Amino acid sequence: MDLFEYQAKELFAEYGVPVPKDKVADTAAEAREISAAFAAEGSPQVVVKAQVKTGGRGKAGGVKLADGPDETYERAERILGMDIKGHTVHKVLIAEATDIQAEYYLSFLLDRANRTFMSICSVEGGVEIEEVAHSNPEAIARIPVSPLTGVDYATAMEIIKAGRIPDEAAEQAAMLAERLWAMFTDEDATLVEVNPMVLTPDGRVLALDGKVTLDDNAAFRQDHERFADASSTDPIEARAKAKHLNYVKLDGQVGIIGNGAGLVMSTLDVVAYAGEQFGGIRPANFLDIGGGASAEVMANGLEIVLSDPSVKCVFVNVFGGITACDAVANGIVSALGMLADSGGQVDLPIVVRLDGNKAAEGRAILREANLAVVEQVDTMDGAARRAAELAAAKGA
Amino acid sequence: MAIFLTAESRVMIQGITGSEGRKHGARMLAAGTEVVGGTNPRKAGQTIELNGASVPVFGTVADTMAHTGADVSVVFVPASGTKAAVIEAIEARIPLCIVITEGIPVHDTAEFWARAVDAGNVTRIVGPNCPGIASPGKSNAGIIPADITTEGRIGLVSKSGTLTYQMMYELRDIGFSTAVGIGGDPVIGTTHIDCLRAFQDDPETAAIVMIGEIGGDAEERAAAFIEQNVSKPVVGYVAGFTAPEGKTMGHAGAIISGSSGTAQAKKEALEKAGVRVGKTPSETAALVREVIRSA
Repeated sequence: MDLFEYQAKELFAEYGVPVPKDKVADTAAEAREISAAFAAEGSPQVVVKAQVKTGGRGKAGGVKLADGPDETYERAERILGMDIKGHTVHKVLIAEATDIQAEYYLSFLLDRANRTFMSICSVEGGVEIEEVAHSNPEAIARIPVSPLTGVDYATAMEIIKAGRIPDEAAEQAAMLAERLWAMFTDEDATLVEVNPMVLTPDGRVLALDGKVTLDDNAAFRQDHERFADASSTDPIEARAKAKHLNYVKLDGQVGIIGNGAGLVMSTLDVVAYAGEQFGGIRPANFLDIGGGASAEVMANGLEIVLSDPSVKCVFVNVFGGITACDAVANGIVSALGMLADSGGQVDLPIVVRLDGNKAAEGRAILREANLAVVEQVDTMDGAARRAAELAAAKGA
Repeated sequence: MAIFLTAESRVMIQGITGSEGRKHGARMLAAGTEVVGGTNPRKAGQTIELNGASVPVFGTVADTMAHTGADVSVVFVPASGTKAAVIEAIEARIPLCIVITEGIPVHDTAEFWARAVDAGNVTRIVGPNCPGIASPGKSNAGIIPADITTEGRIGLVSKSGTLTYQMMYELRDIGFSTAVGIGGDPVIGTTHIDCLRAFQDDPETAAIVMIGEIGGDAEERAAAFIEQNVSKPVVGYVAGFTAPEGKTMGHAGAIISGSSGTAQAKKEALEKAGVRVGKTPSETAALVREVIRSA
């Protein structure tokens, strides 16, 4: 789960990582009030920052300086509702403007390749670190961090020195790094990035912008719900999540249901591959119903997939491993029954491919159930082709 | 021979009294695995009936090993307790620890991995979030269905469970020496490279199938390894060509960030290393048939 900047900074503040004074607003009127309050406290100049989970906000015009409440109102009004790389701006962060003497970079992240953690530190901040890595790779220090020893002040200072942060900022930067590490571990983050970490002319070191990614697997021991964001979550994905289904919305026409993440990913590819011959038919979603594939889960899955109006055909691709295909076939039959009983009669074609344990028995059950919408194809490639063909015929 | 798991392996189960531990313990026994015991600190001294056999329950991994000679542990304990369970196995110095549990926080995995390295890599860790290891006709440790394939000459290493089963089933007439599910998490113990090295050295393995998916750069590094070190034919498959950037596709590790981790990049790296890569699982199986005929 990626956090918005304002959420990242709330966490920074909780952990004692210094941030400029700021407050988030949903409307331009709120932005004006915040700006007025800041002006009364002696900070008339503010920055209005679009809150979207993507980079390049500045270039897109989503970050603007404003002098006083009225200009803040104007800026906020223009930025709210803006589309930045497909993300609609629903909130703006109003932050007191900070004088900047120098911009640095600091992060902690998971290092997949080396199966450990890593800190990246650079005296060159304020631009994307990938750019620095490209243009001036010597300016970046990558320091492995052991999960067993972590980061104390001395280690933090080594990181800061390796990043060649100048002496005048080093002490405060090291303190910031130590606190940032505490946040990284305590919050089960996989990335905490401060970019830029700035030095002000009066000698303070601040986190001016932040990026945080939290580990979804840690949700059972963390309060991730408080960062949930209804406005930027796809409504079908939100409903699927409430039903404990592993669903990702895509932009195609063939609804996909399968068991096992790898098999479902592969099913998407095989459908897209077959769809090339039918005018670019593509998969409409990722949905992994897991190994069990019970009737209830199958019914929930079908209901979710069919609620996407761009779906013209559904492809159910199941490999019977521990759960044999006869059980899966019974699940499909009762799922369609359950949907019909609840008024959700299915009228789109459903291509089913069953293979693996008891495939013959499963196929026989579906044949005998004689369901008008169900069509069986025995191979994955053949079924994908048929699903693409049916979707194309439905005018997708 | 087979890799990592053989007919001589003595398998124990951490979390043997839980529903998953019982269910799969019984299946492992039915597949001919030597399941010698398991742990549950609250039920130490009792026995548990699995598939008609009476299996002893111990309080700790070390006790189980001392009394039964267990040399493989399969971990089924829930995600919240997995880190402690794996660290216990590492401290008991068991040679092989297979972590089936999914949904483990990556900070926990990074920590138990660091402990395993710190302890001198005495314990090989497979997983987490993996289906385990099957050496058909010899032993089965984990949740891979035993009856979908046969013993044979193909070695398989895969990040995905069901894709592994699909491949084992499609090629059941040729059969497998060992299939290793290494798991779909961002941090895993045993890697593609570890398995490729072991299959290269295994006289019973004639050809290798490697199944990868989006996320990270493990496939790219495996490709570099193959180029230098693997003389046996390798056939590859990569899932996730249609996955959008920034979305996690089921497996915690299956996510494309920026331009890294894409299926296309992985496929190209493998092909550059002389690996034939199938476009679909069936096409991949067909390629395996081709190479095994000439192997």
